[in-house]
Amino acid sequence: MIASLSLILLCQLAGEVFVRGLGLPVPGPVIGLMLLLILLMARDRFTLLARGPLRGDGVENASRGLLANLSLLFVPAGVGVVQKLDLVAEHGFAFLGVLAISVLVTLLVTVATFLAASRLMARGRPPP
Amino acid sequence: MSDNPFSMWVYLSQSPLLWLTVTLLTYAVADAVSLRTHRHPLANPVLHSMWTIGAFLLLTGTSYTSYFEGAQFVHFLLGPATVALAVPLYENRKVVTSAILPMLVALAAGSVTAVASVVLLAEAVGLPRTVVLSLAPKSVTAGVAMGISESLHADPSLTAVAVILTGIMGAITVTPLMNRMGITDFRARGFAVGIAAHGIGTARAFQVDAVAGVFAGIAMSLNALVTSLLVPLAVTLLLH
Repeated sequence: MIASLSLILLCQLAGEVFVRGLGLPVPGPVIGLMLLLILLMARDRFTLLARGPLRGDGVENASRGLLANLSLLFVPAGVGVVQKLDLVAEHGFAFLGVLAISVLVTLLVTVATFLAASRLMARGRPPP
Repeated sequence: MSDNPFSMWVYLSQSPLLWLTVTLLTYAVADAVSLRTHRHPLANPVLHSMWTIGAFLLLTGTSYTSYFEGAQFVHFLLGPATVALAVPLYENRKVVTSAILPMLVALAAGSVTAVASVVLLAEAVGLPRTVVLSLAPKSVTAGVAMGISESLHADPSLTAVAVILTGIMGAITVTPLMNRMGITDFRARGFAVGIAAHGIGTARAFQVDAVAGVFAGIAMSLNALVTSLLVPLAVTLLLH
């Protein structure tokens, strides 16, 4: 458990160092994600790596535990918003309306594009 | 031991213990209600925890700074949770690699729509320029969005508000919207909510379907990259 959490933190730390060091406009944890993914895939190739948290679902279970409660992690930032509702009130319903319409349009455009592209791909390929 | 309840309160309200407990307890109740209603979209645990705690802070006259002393331990885990997305990604790598092309096309269309729609709509209803700029990065995760907002000389705290509200709206609307449209491809549904509503949308996607969660996580990460490059460009093109 502790070893698995350490591995996750280590990946994040390496990601932060990488991003800060090169001055990239990417969040450090995203690089950490890629690092952990590479480690997991490398483990399947080289048995030498399959030890500690990378053995017997160690890091997998720790990650599942974190992701099962992903919603919780947004609560502190969300409470900050409740404190700043005066900013929203200042700009009235136009502010909320614009956000709501934009969310709906973005959802629809993204899902439609995804489906159209995956249908085009399926058509180009012979049926299995 | 303190001899009057008020000095006890003064002591506790300054300690991280109280606010960490309040955060976990409120969320545990909100999540239990969400489970009891079979994850009904309107029973969103983030939404109900944030207003409950917000109201409690207001009633007790507690500042956000003292609250955050305790809540920071929860907030901190956002980074490790992002790294942890590698695991579902790894487990579903076959589904993911077979969908790379649709993902890239949808990423391009979705991130442009997210930025352009909010900028054009906000201009159309006559919101002030600073507000328009603060809204532009609202579909990406809060840390990145606030960075973009700062670089545009907009208002990062207004951006944070827009980001959270967008996430909640996306998380609430995605399931009914997609069901109404008859869309059953959970890859597409998850990807869309990850683009439109970042981490809060991704958390919702994981509640509905594991594959949807994976695609939402990928969409959220890619969108953070694309949007930080896209917003300055879009702002120059759309506003002049």
